[in-house]
Amino acid sequence: METTTPISEIPLKSSLSSFFSFLVRLLRMREAALVILIIAIGLALQIITGRFFTTPNLNAISLGFATSAIIVIGMTMALVSGGFDLSVGSVFAMGGVVTAIALRADFPIPIAILCGAGAGVVAGLINGLLITKIQINPFITTLGMMGIARGVSLAVTEGTVIAGLPSQFYIFGQGRTLDIPNLILIALFMILVGDILMRRSALFRQIYYVGGNDEAARLSGINVDRVKIAVFTMSGLLAALAGVLSVSRFTVADPGAGVGEELRIIAACIIGGCTLRGGKGTVLGGLLGLIFVGFINNGMILLRVPVYWQQLSMGVVLLLAVGFDTVSQRWQMRPRGRKVG
Amino acid sequence: MSPLLECVGITKRFPGTLALDDVRFELEPGEIHAVMGENGAGKSTLMKILSGVFTADAGEIRFGGIPVTPASPREALMLGIAIVHQELSLIPTLTVAENIFPSRLPTNALGMVRYNELFRQAQEVLEKLNVDVNPRATVETLSIANQQLVEITKALSSNCKVLILDEPTSTLTDHETNTLLDFLRRLAAEGVGIVYISHKLKEIFQLADRVTVLRDGKYVGMRVVNEITPDDVIRMMVGRELGNIYPPKGQEVGPSLLEVRNLRMPDSQTHNSFQLYQGEILGFAGLIGSGRSELARAIFGLDARAEREILLNGYPIKIASPRDAIAQGLGYLPEDRKAAGLFLEMSIKLNIEAPIIHEVSSGMFVSPAKERELARQYVRQLNISTPSIEQEVRRLSGGNQQKTLVAKWLAIKPKILIVDEPTRGIDVGAKKEIHFLLRSLAESGVGIIMISSELLEILGMSDRILVMHEGAIVAEYSAEDATEENIIRAASSHKGE
Repeated sequence: METTTPISEIPLKSSLSSFFSFLVRLLRMREAALVILIIAIGLALQIITGRFFTTPNLNAISLGFATSAIIVIGMTMALVSGGFDLSVGSVFAMGGVVTAIALRADFPIPIAILCGAGAGVVAGLINGLLITKIQINPFITTLGMMGIARGVSLAVTEGTVIAGLPSQFYIFGQGRTLDIPNLILIALFMILVGDILMRRSALFRQIYYVGGNDEAARLSGINVDRVKIAVFTMSGLLAALAGVLSVSRFTVADPGAGVGEELRIIAACIIGGCTLRGGKGTVLGGLLGLIFVGFINNGMILLRVPVYWQQLSMGVVLLLAVGFDTVSQRWQMRPRGRKVG
Repeated sequence: MSPLLECVGITKRFPGTLALDDVRFELEPGEIHAVMGENGAGKSTLMKILSGVFTADAGEIRFGGIPVTPASPREALMLGIAIVHQELSLIPTLTVAENIFPSRLPTNALGMVRYNELFRQAQEVLEKLNVDVNPRATVETLSIANQQLVEITKALSSNCKVLILDEPTSTLTDHETNTLLDFLRRLAAEGVGIVYISHKLKEIFQLADRVTVLRDGKYVGMRVVNEITPDDVIRMMVGRELGNIYPPKGQEVGPSLLEVRNLRMPDSQTHNSFQLYQGEILGFAGLIGSGRSELARAIFGLDARAEREILLNGYPIKIASPRDAIAQGLGYLPEDRKAAGLFLEMSIKLNIEAPIIHEVSSGMFVSPAKERELARQYVRQLNISTPSIEQEVRRLSGGNQQKTLVAKWLAIKPKILIVDEPTRGIDVGAKKEIHFLLRSLAESGVGIIMISSELLEILGMSDRILVMHEGAIVAEYSAEDATEENIIRAASSHKGE
């Protein structure tokens, strides 16, 4: 390339300015901002109530969103791929119900869990196939599946909860290892694996390309349909597993469990940095979004705010997070100017 | 009597280019006046000024003898100047009638639309123009040709005196084209002045009364169509200097690299075959819509319905998807870099490694060190101007975006690279860099298929040129034999001399 002259060299930075740009980059990362906010809320609640950072309170909060955190993994994948999954709340209930029925039919525990997980896989696979092969949009497809999975759960249980499951099954949801609830350990492990896979695995990287621009992804040799089918299948699987764990925790399978869960999870993921357009977001971000909203709600309980206000807090936080992001992006784009020509 | 529309001294400057330089144009009532010129000659800019999309920097537009300066398409429409763009602006799910009168729906006292009245009015307008379309039909059920007639009807329903048509026949079949031309003749007979932009010489000579030719934003001349031949028009359009801005041509080409046999697109009877040699830049010239991009997409495995045999180094290979194509060493730089090429909201690094994630991975995990190394290598090699490899691609200039896209395909170490309009919409400097890069790739043995609508680029870059017309390869020229004239002639299918 002897004919070209460098237009600009990559500038050498002094250590001070590189520290500064590191700081700016850190703050622009949604995760870092959320961690700071979460710590701030925690400290504020500790100072006001004096009983926020206690093991029972933290355990209670963590148990509260452990199963949701597992669903967040699948939802992050769906959002990153440019879609979303409205059926997770119903599939959550269906996974629990199917496992409970299998247990009542004296299936061994591992097989019963596989049955519940399998129900989630089937629901997710159907979602994925409808979205890619029949080209029904994700909203309608998963809205339909939301009704179907809920209907299946209600029909097979005739609307009643299933109780009286073998006591060994409760170790997942109620047991402790080294004095930490197993449920929290399982959720943390899955979140960790999910986050690492989404960040670093070559296979999962394809989800970001598909969500970023599916035509460009296709031209880059990525099998777009296969990626989308896999994403929705995983989302179904994870929602069903979360449902199984929830049954283990509460000792009963409730066909009405998880109503409205899908919107709470989508909100948490978006607070954590996902967008509806796709191509962006991390599992960790979704978890932090969940914790952030969980802390605010817990704070309201500790401060004895009526429970009715909790829904409002989620809505306000969601709009503030997205609004702030949109405004700050527009502000960032402005001074650089548009390209000429 | 003064002409219906008269422009003098129209000048329009864009950053970096003089798009129109002292251009003149006139139109009589009832006249069909063609405007011709190569891509970039300034036709579209002139029409956008007439229809109020742009404002001229200098010059005067007189409409019926009175100076006017339409500042918006709405103002132009109120004067009586309507434009029908290549892309139709109809709403496909609404009825024909609703599309014709979008802002003038007849309503009753409660503000509800009086549909019977609307359909009656639409019927009246359609009948007056002799358009055989049901006003109650939804637009999406109509053929493209009928949609175009509806679009024209819509323009004329607001009492328009000047109708501008921008390449109206590029998506029409022969039969549909003839229907449209008949329709335009009838309109002109009723006194409407028609400005007709087309690359198709045949149509111009069938239809137009006069033709104005532009070249590089300058007025070349105006002729009465009856007094000239198509060759005269071609001579007026060409004659630009190639200059020495293009890299020197390749010395010798190697053995056959890629052979495409009997490529047939669905809904077409044409079979196309061609060879690409090692180290060669093969230019594909032709008008927009002549089937060049479709051919490229079919080779790259993007059109499952296309039939073809592909031989690489003499051996048949199977390409059923872009994935197969990439595995065989083919790269494809699409025409629309934003819609189909780039991941705009992702970093340069992620864009470059998209087709070869496995190559920057160790085991199942992406290696950050390998990623950075790959991205830095290509940012340096292609001289992409950016503060960091983490920069989002949408923040780069058009030229640097295009270089990022080229880098992505270089990263697969291609044997064959198909580039579709590789320098559209980028600045002169980046354009030259991409030209030299393509040539040095060819010199290293890569076979390059280059589709371009810019004739000078085709002539300046190609070692061999194929010309397509209506889905068929109609001519082949070596670099020595190719001239602007014979390419235009083949592309517009005018067998002259």
